[in-house]
Amino acid sequence: MNKNIILCGVGGQGTVLASKLIAAAAMDKSLPVMSAETIGMAQRGGSVFSHVRIGEGVYSPIIAKGEADIILGFEPGEAVRMLPFLKKGGTVIVSSRAIIPVTATLSDFSYNGSEMVSYLRKHVNNLFVIDAPKACEDIGSSKVLNILLLGAAIQSGSLGLSEADIRDAIKKRLPERFHELNFKALEYARSHSESI
Amino acid sequence: MHKEFLMGNEAIALGAIAAGVNLVSGYPGTPSTEVLETVAKRRPEHTYVEWSVNEKAAMEVAAGASYTGARSMVTMKQVGLNVASDPLMSLEYIGVKGGMVILVADDPGPVSSQTEQDTRHFAYFSKLPCFDPSSAQEAYEMVQEAFAYSEKYETPVFLRPTTRVCHGYASVTVKDIDEYTTHKADGFVKDSGRWVIFPRLSYQNHIKIEDRNVKIAEDFSSYKKNKIFHSSQTKANAKTSRKGIATGGISFTYVLEALKTTGELPVLKISTPHPFPEKLALEFLNGVDEVLCLEELDPVIERELIFLCGKYHLSVNIYGKLSRHVKTAGENSRDSIIQDIQSFLVPAADSAALQESVQETTVKLPVRPPVLCAGCPHRASFYAVKTAMKGKKTVFCGDIGCYTLGNAMPLDMVDTCLCMGAGLGIAQGIGHIEPDTHCFAFVGDSTFFASAITGVINAVYNQANMTLVILDNSTTAMTGHQPHPGTGQTMMGDIVTKINIEALLKGIGLEAIETVDPLNYEASVDCVKRMSQKPGVKAIIFKSPCIAVTKPSKYMNVLSEKCISCKKCIRELGCPALTLKDGNVCIDSSLCTGCSLCNKLCPTGAIISGKEGDGNE
Repeated sequence: MNKNIILCGVGGQGTVLASKLIAAAAMDKSLPVMSAETIGMAQRGGSVFSHVRIGEGVYSPIIAKGEADIILGFEPGEAVRMLPFLKKGGTVIVSSRAIIPVTATLSDFSYNGSEMVSYLRKHVNNLFVIDAPKACEDIGSSKVLNILLLGAAIQSGSLGLSEADIRDAIKKRLPERFHELNFKALEYARSHSESI
Repeated sequence: MHKEFLMGNEAIALGAIAAGVNLVSGYPGTPSTEVLETVAKRRPEHTYVEWSVNEKAAMEVAAGASYTGARSMVTMKQVGLNVASDPLMSLEYIGVKGGMVILVADDPGPVSSQTEQDTRHFAYFSKLPCFDPSSAQEAYEMVQEAFAYSEKYETPVFLRPTTRVCHGYASVTVKDIDEYTTHKADGFVKDSGRWVIFPRLSYQNHIKIEDRNVKIAEDFSSYKKNKIFHSSQTKANAKTSRKGIATGGISFTYVLEALKTTGELPVLKISTPHPFPEKLALEFLNGVDEVLCLEELDPVIERELIFLCGKYHLSVNIYGKLSRHVKTAGENSRDSIIQDIQSFLVPAADSAALQESVQETTVKLPVRPPVLCAGCPHRASFYAVKTAMKGKKTVFCGDIGCYTLGNAMPLDMVDTCLCMGAGLGIAQGIGHIEPDTHCFAFVGDSTFFASAITGVINAVYNQANMTLVILDNSTTAMTGHQPHPGTGQTMMGDIVTKINIEALLKGIGLEAIETVDPLNYEASVDCVKRMSQKPGVKAIIFKSPCIAVTKPSKYMNVLSEKCISCKKCIRELGCPALTLKDGNVCIDSSLCTGCSLCNKLCPTGAIISGKEGDGNE
């Protein structure tokens, strides 16, 4: 199996943990993994991304344009920003909730996520839009966005990993007190896979 | 052996531990920081580790350890090497006993640095061997080999990864603990003819170094990580079969990926840019007519190959940065390398075929420059100075740290920024030429200890007229919250006496020193107004901990019936927690820390202190 996965969002949204879990799940299946992520100054409210590459014959941790099998967009504008990396027929999982940057607030640049979501609808065939605020409310925590998107990616069938793989990775890598909540997010993604 | 999912920097740390490193010192700096942090986390009991006060101190500490026969490593980012260059350039002549690895992380782009300087040049300048890893796995092995070469030739050696190697992760095959080498120092042996630098010793050692580097170049030609990858298929097209690529570092991996689509070419991989593996390079050059050099930062490999072509009268065309066949600045990418190779194979090629599958975005995207966090005490400090000095002629000299972000609109409070600790000197220089300007130098606590103290002494001694503003958030925030002399903790986990900045300034001779909490807005503005009027050098210490390491106690709340939507809070502060929702100002309770600065400047008192869960978004 070879998979190129991009996770993108805004600093502080939990993209790094999600990419670590994907990598851990792949390693548990004895697959070679490489990844790269934004570190440093950009983390302070900037655009952040993680590239995860699974499989043999991979030399570089960086994904080239037109090479990603799946993009997990934690924010609609950031998903659009990464779109050039998506391969033809690739999958995009995106949270519909926009995060308004300070620059937009200052300049009255009317940014809202809906324009980005319609852009994605126009350009991506395999698109899954997640109503994240509602889902997080149903699950009972705003901190599960990353696992929720990961769950949706599993349900899309494009991640190459199963719910059991990710559950095992969560069990091994996260403190026990977080297990139940994260499992709940995975289950939510499964039970809502049709509306997703 | 077992596999671990490791960041390049973590792999380097584990490699050093596996080589039995006895002492690791360093100063934090992106992209090098995680090396020392990982050593601290994973070290065996006998390994000593410290965050030194700056890179010069770190280099000297590591050298001292190596004099005893211990294996030592010193870590820093590329600009840190400028600070450490004084001990480095002399250590070159003295040499070492125990293996010493100088880990310097370069930052093509630059992603988070002031310069795009190339440490391979520093290796050439200091005549020291340099290892250049292309992946986390290679870095893990290379650091162990670097220790062996260092001891073989009794010289410090560079390990020079770049950002994408440092911060890329991979499933790396690493040694089990029982496979580790243990290294024991046999102790410092007095020998002034060896350890005391004098002109005569330098002259004699200079001769030895030049001869030694010829031997190392020979040695490196058979070093297994320097390699020619022959093209397996002989192309029917004779035009391409005589072309080759010379590369190193992360670009090597991009080249391997690119050749999957562009077709195979012979590749020369250089893992030791200095001393250059001449014999191996000659073998490569003898099989080609044209070479494209793909490397980041300076054209080091390219110059070496051109030099060899001249030296041996080879009729080979060398292309790269010098010939303007590839871009001269910024980092390479998977895509830039594919394009470079395509234009090399078919000059002026129509790259449409490649671009066909790539959709470029055609919608306006939000811009997200990094900003000071919501509740950051630096915002309050800058705002207090800005308010107090309104209408006066001022220059605000900034420095290196999170607070460089104070330059962004709407704060716009950083007029200059050069390098660590430079704000003090710049403020003095401007003040000597423009005596009617109020010159301020802003410096963080960690930067103050690292390289601003001499600047203060210089100011006091030379009768400067300036205000020193120390932004003391009790940590090294930008690089990930490392301890420093003012925090009272060391990397060995010891609790030690905090070095008191105020007492230190008093000791230097400053008479006007005040410490104030920047979140106390009125007191801060008043303090700046008073202090800036005083003659000579005066210091204001804005003391409030970094919000990333403290728990917020409350949230602010907007009373919609009182808010007149004047947006002054947004326009003046640029706080990420202040946003507009349907034209109304509201506060994102997930970001707000309750610093209450917005409350202080709201003209209608519409922003009040709320409790958890009271945020209105």
